[in-house]
Amino acid sequence: MKSYPISIKPFGERAVLVEWPSEVKESILADILDFMEAFKALKIPGWEMSVAYNSLTMVYNNDHLDFEETQKMILDCHAGQAKSPSNRVQHLWTIPVCYDQEFGIDIQEVSKTLNLSVEELIQQHTSHQYVVYGIGFLPGFMYLGGLPQSLEIPRRSEPRLQVAKGSVGLAGKQTGIYPQESPGGWNIIGNCPVPLFNPGLKEPCFVKVGDKIQFNKISKAEYDLHKIEAEVGIYKPAKVVLHA
Amino acid sequence: MLKVLKSGFFVTIQDLGRYGYRDIGVPVSGAMDADSVKKANLLLGNDPNAAVMEITMTGPTLQFDEPTFICLSGAHISATVNNRPIENYQVVQVTKGDILSYGKLQNGFRAYLAIKGGFQTEKVLGSRSQFVPVTKTKRLKDGEEVPYIKNISFKPLISEVKIDDHFLENHLDVYKGPEFELLSDMQLSGIFTKTFTVSKENNRMAYQLSELIESHSHSMLTSGTLPGTVQLTPAGRLIILMKDGQTTGGYPRILQLSEESICTLAQKKLGDKFSFKLL
Repeated sequence: MKSYPISIKPFGERAVLVEWPSEVKESILADILDFMEAFKALKIPGWEMSVAYNSLTMVYNNDHLDFEETQKMILDCHAGQAKSPSNRVQHLWTIPVCYDQEFGIDIQEVSKTLNLSVEELIQQHTSHQYVVYGIGFLPGFMYLGGLPQSLEIPRRSEPRLQVAKGSVGLAGKQTGIYPQESPGGWNIIGNCPVPLFNPGLKEPCFVKVGDKIQFNKISKAEYDLHKIEAEVGIYKPAKVVLHA
Repeated sequence: MLKVLKSGFFVTIQDLGRYGYRDIGVPVSGAMDADSVKKANLLLGNDPNAAVMEITMTGPTLQFDEPTFICLSGAHISATVNNRPIENYQVVQVTKGDILSYGKLQNGFRAYLAIKGGFQTEKVLGSRSQFVPVTKTKRLKDGEEVPYIKNISFKPLISEVKIDDHFLENHLDVYKGPEFELLSDMQLSGIFTKTFTVSKENNRMAYQLSELIESHSHSMLTSGTLPGTVQLTPAGRLIILMKDGQTTGGYPRILQLSEESICTLAQKKLGDKFSFKLL
């Protein structure tokens, strides 16, 4: 596995920011995830880590941290991680989406702008695998990479005050799902009936950074069924194990 | 139960926050002015993390149905028990039927009501701090009942102290943020010579400041943010993330408030002024 140069910056009294080269790349993400695994194996209590694309924010919840000491610990850990093979398990999740006009309120407009038929648009959106480069912004919101160029479309000029929970959208180089109702400026092309964040579960978010997502077109009837199944807790999206 | 007869402007249950879930986008939440909460809990002999009521700007009217002990801290909102004034950092014994109510805001913005043993609302993901969609509700409503533990035997070690209000400070201590080096000389002099004003866009998620500094066109990949992170938008606006703030953001993080200064800012309201001081 390729190892990249990293830089470490202080981030207030209790956190450091570790940065990899500023690119959206699967091999960089893999190096970050390998580092996290190696760091977790040190079993130092109090650390909380979150990934976003090429960076890792490391927060120390126990006490104030000594930057020099922490920096050395991180560099040593990163230098040593290549020696132990990774045991990371990653999944490919199939996420159902209903692209009917009822949910995909912008799908007609998007298909016109992109010069694709609605069918072609759905076909392209569902035929790619998207890498989860981070989870943040809102609980359960995934930053997905790997959108084909043909589906790149600017944000709406005016954001909506309310976008429905589960809305699947396109904006710039990104596609994603709104995990809750929120304001937003993405172009909405469908809706996913499966909640991406459920605080009642031991693992409130089933997807992990490094996993992959593939969307699957479903009918309105399947949507209604999955929605009820998800609410009573018997529906789980299909997954396949990918090797790290 | 503590019955909320009238809920006031914005009253929530908070402890010191929800840790361990930032990797799935859950903000830390917790009391905005953690210092005031820790001190009140200390006087009551509570765990520092015991849940309190965070009372923003105007106070609720509350009625106790069991005897216990309480302690107020943070902003001064002319609190009374059965119309008898009570002070901050004073351990007060209350009994069944007593009514705690608030009057005029004198200083600060967020007052705290700590109770012996802490409020006993449901813990979700390790914390009682209210934040939707983690908790079902985002604030206390009229008629709601908040559970607490009856106590008649507590003997406080110190029953009253005079503590200076840290939040009357008019400067915020800041560290360099991860993108500090992107700042131009003009932006730097703007940040460290101007006086900034809290705009009407201020809440538990973020404080936006009224004054602009020089605009910029730096773009960066989305990266982690923390409570106290000062973001600079392309238009030159400063946005300071607070306890319910998002866990990631795409604007340059130019400064990071000290933990003490987060508490100070939490007590500032629309129109209040302050300056930044680099540590």
